[in-house]
Amino acid sequence: MSTTVVNTGTEGKTWGGANQPLKASYGKMMMWFFIVSDALTFSGFLAAYGFSRFKFIDSWPIADEVFTHVPFLHGQELPMIYVAFMTFVLIMSSVTMVLAVDAGHHLNKAKVTLYMFLTIIGGLIFVGSQAWEWATFIKGDYGAVQTKGGNILQFVDTDGHRVALRDFVTAGPKARTEHERKSGLWFVSEGTLPTYTVEEVVAGLESHDNVLVRTQIINEHGEKTVLSRGESLKVLKDNGKLVVEGANLQVNEYGSPLFADFFFFITGFHGFHVFSGVVINIIIFFNVVLGTYERRKSYEMVEKVGLYWHFVDLVWVFVFTFFYLV
Amino acid sequence: MSAHADTHAHDDHGHHHKETFVTKYIFSQDHKMIAKQYLITGTIMGVIGVLMSMMFRMQIAWPEEPNVLFEALLGKWAPDGVMDADIYLALVTIHGTIMVFFVLTAGLSGTFSNLLIPLQIGARDMASGFLNMISYWLFFLSSIIMVISLFVEAGPAAAGWTIYPPLSALPMAQGGSGMGMTLWLVSMAIFIASSLLGSLNYIVTVLNLRTKGMSMTRLPLTIWAFFITAVIGVVSFPVLLSAALLLIMDRSFGTSFFLSDIFIQGEVLHYQGGSPVLFEHLFWFLGHPEVYIVILPAMGLVSEIMASNSRKPIFGYRAMIASILAIAFLSTIVWGHHMFISGMNPFLGSVFTFTTLLIAIPSAVKAFNWITTLWKGNLQMNPAMLFSIGFVSTFITGGLTGIILGDSALDINVHDTYFVVAHFHLVMGISALYGMFAGIYHWYPKMFGRMLNKNLGYIHFWVTAVCAYGVFFPMHFIGMAGLPRRYYTNSNFPLFDDLANVNVIITIFALVGGVVQIVYLYNFFMSIFYGKKATQNPWSATTLEWTTPVEHIHGNWPGEIPHVYRWAYDYSKPGHDTDFVPQTVPLKEGEEELQH
Repeated sequence: MSTTVVNTGTEGKTWGGANQPLKASYGKMMMWFFIVSDALTFSGFLAAYGFSRFKFIDSWPIADEVFTHVPFLHGQELPMIYVAFMTFVLIMSSVTMVLAVDAGHHLNKAKVTLYMFLTIIGGLIFVGSQAWEWATFIKGDYGAVQTKGGNILQFVDTDGHRVALRDFVTAGPKARTEHERKSGLWFVSEGTLPTYTVEEVVAGLESHDNVLVRTQIINEHGEKTVLSRGESLKVLKDNGKLVVEGANLQVNEYGSPLFADFFFFITGFHGFHVFSGVVINIIIFFNVVLGTYERRKSYEMVEKVGLYWHFVDLVWVFVFTFFYLV
Repeated sequence: MSAHADTHAHDDHGHHHKETFVTKYIFSQDHKMIAKQYLITGTIMGVIGVLMSMMFRMQIAWPEEPNVLFEALLGKWAPDGVMDADIYLALVTIHGTIMVFFVLTAGLSGTFSNLLIPLQIGARDMASGFLNMISYWLFFLSSIIMVISLFVEAGPAAAGWTIYPPLSALPMAQGGSGMGMTLWLVSMAIFIASSLLGSLNYIVTVLNLRTKGMSMTRLPLTIWAFFITAVIGVVSFPVLLSAALLLIMDRSFGTSFFLSDIFIQGEVLHYQGGSPVLFEHLFWFLGHPEVYIVILPAMGLVSEIMASNSRKPIFGYRAMIASILAIAFLSTIVWGHHMFISGMNPFLGSVFTFTTLLIAIPSAVKAFNWITTLWKGNLQMNPAMLFSIGFVSTFITGGLTGIILGDSALDINVHDTYFVVAHFHLVMGISALYGMFAGIYHWYPKMFGRMLNKNLGYIHFWVTAVCAYGVFFPMHFIGMAGLPRRYYTNSNFPLFDDLANVNVIITIFALVGGVVQIVYLYNFFMSIFYGKKATQNPWSATTLEWTTPVEHIHGNWPGEIPHVYRWAYDYSKPGHDTDFVPQTVPLKEGEEELQH
């Protein structure tokens, strides 16, 4: 090659080569493109959720009736309070993450350490809250009866307040006991047997005049349809198939099983992201404490995990909106 | 940490790191070695895929007749040498999966993106050699798992390469729905991770590591094609991942995302509320861009090879880039044309028809640009060039039937017949394969430092070309006559008796076409050791990869990375002594850069 300096004709041009046209290192850009890709995975799930929910637009469970629990406040209906708290904590953890990144730009090790620590705590509170929310949802509260067609029948009193199965049904002796490991060498594992049988629920309904059946069909006022006393007894006797308490991947006392399927899957997938985010944050935290980035004179790694953390928060905003708010 | 710090770090590599066998040939982080690893793994998978197609073609031509080959290769799946119906479906499924993902996605894009991106943009290596290595080994792992799934007791996955539920979602639905399907899903999940890591690397390398002077409009079209392919991959594969994860939940944890109201042997299953059409939407949101992931790299390779072997600038360079971008964008909004008979609202069908037919425009721009590149060129008819011309031919032939299939009113008549099989095999299967062969014949000297035997190349091309059309031309007619795809045998339908002879002819062409690949394999593996030594720039091409030493070194260029002064297509430029001007040659006094 000639040693004389010749112009390539691209001097000073942003895209002329031998520079960083987007003013980002390759590592940071990889994180951005990874986020694009992960965002599309979540989009796939949320689109599937929308598709399925639209199919059951007239009978989808009402979120305000499902997520009403707050720890330590038993028996009170406080819709959305706890999830609002969770969301607040997660968004605050994003704020502390921003502060950590900013402190990193100033090479302020002490501040980065503090804010990374706060971010980790925020993430842990969120994951813990989610576990509690799952446990509550799995346990359920009022109980319901599933019909042969797979619909859910719930119970209300004449004022429209929900009535729990335990308040009007008396459990008789069980037809059979649940198979457990201690009761035999060979057994086929099965789910927990419901506390009540359908016959016991029918008997309970017959003996309580003030209890009515509520179906999952939403009427024009946006409320679930309540049947008359006669209809209630008839539908329960004719179609009642299984007593359902709580929710899991196969049945759901609040309505369509798809609601529970998507809730568990999407919040679970998001929770997995938060959890891995916390793990990564902890690794970075220790690197900060050990002074790795101090020596490197660059806290870019903090910035990269920050990008991921903000992305996980942003996804939660969408999950929160589509599962809890609308 | 800047990328430049990294490139400088690479400068020293050649001098003091003593490479062991393991770091050089197995866990290599050098893009040239990784490219070869991709190519050889892809080739092995390709051999498996082609063998499968030869077997099921024999079953279609001579249904339920004993065959020694079946007995030898299929074992218990061919009692007395007669192919079992279940294994027929499995062969079709795995053939599709292997060819689409393992050969034409990883084998094609993985090989040439890795080989050419750093060499043609003037970089020491990929942005992250480590992730690049991980990407290959994940691909290798997924290949191994896919091959292992062939040996599962109940048979490999057999729900078609599109794995529609419920066949794929209920482990008890058919033999292949059990362990075979599980392994299929595991393999594909790993494949998606591999593809993601690869794509991230390609994208950021093209963005950040171009040498001085290599502006985006001086890039060879190969790089543009690989770059956009990687972007499509990053956008569409994650949606397949969503579908696969939901499917795994349905299979293993009893959710009802894709299942509803199913009876098996009189027993009602608990699944309730889901929809298999949802799976189709998610699948085809990947599935359609996937065909462009397959074809775009081939288009890039062909553009480069045609310009070089016509000794002419590529015609319409910017139009080529624009059409790549247009194809990439349109590819994400046409998936519904695979689902016209899924009960879709006819209005929606017409929307998808419209967007689908729009793709004809950029495709036609490209086809005409290739033809006009050839026009009055000084054509060098070497094997790479022949395969490139073959590519244009099959792309046009297959593309024309695409217009028929993209139109919902016409598609419904030939949906799921051999017409569709003929269409996509020509337009993406054979075309992409030709692109891959062209690339191998052209860049073999860069990969192995030796030349492939030209005469064997001619035999390979001509026999393959005749056989490819021999297989897929008649297939259009049996498709239009109504013969459905994926049927184990048609002998129970007197309606199709007249087509039996056509099927025999197709199979004979398929067998010859398959067997002649031995010529290519022989040429490929023998030339690694005994081929003629390559010269520095055997095709008199302009691009940067031909300025690197023939013997590979880590970091690609022994000294500084050359600077770039002109675009990649200065062939037969007036005012120069040679008919090509490498990109590293500065403009002469008063010379103007061609404004394409």
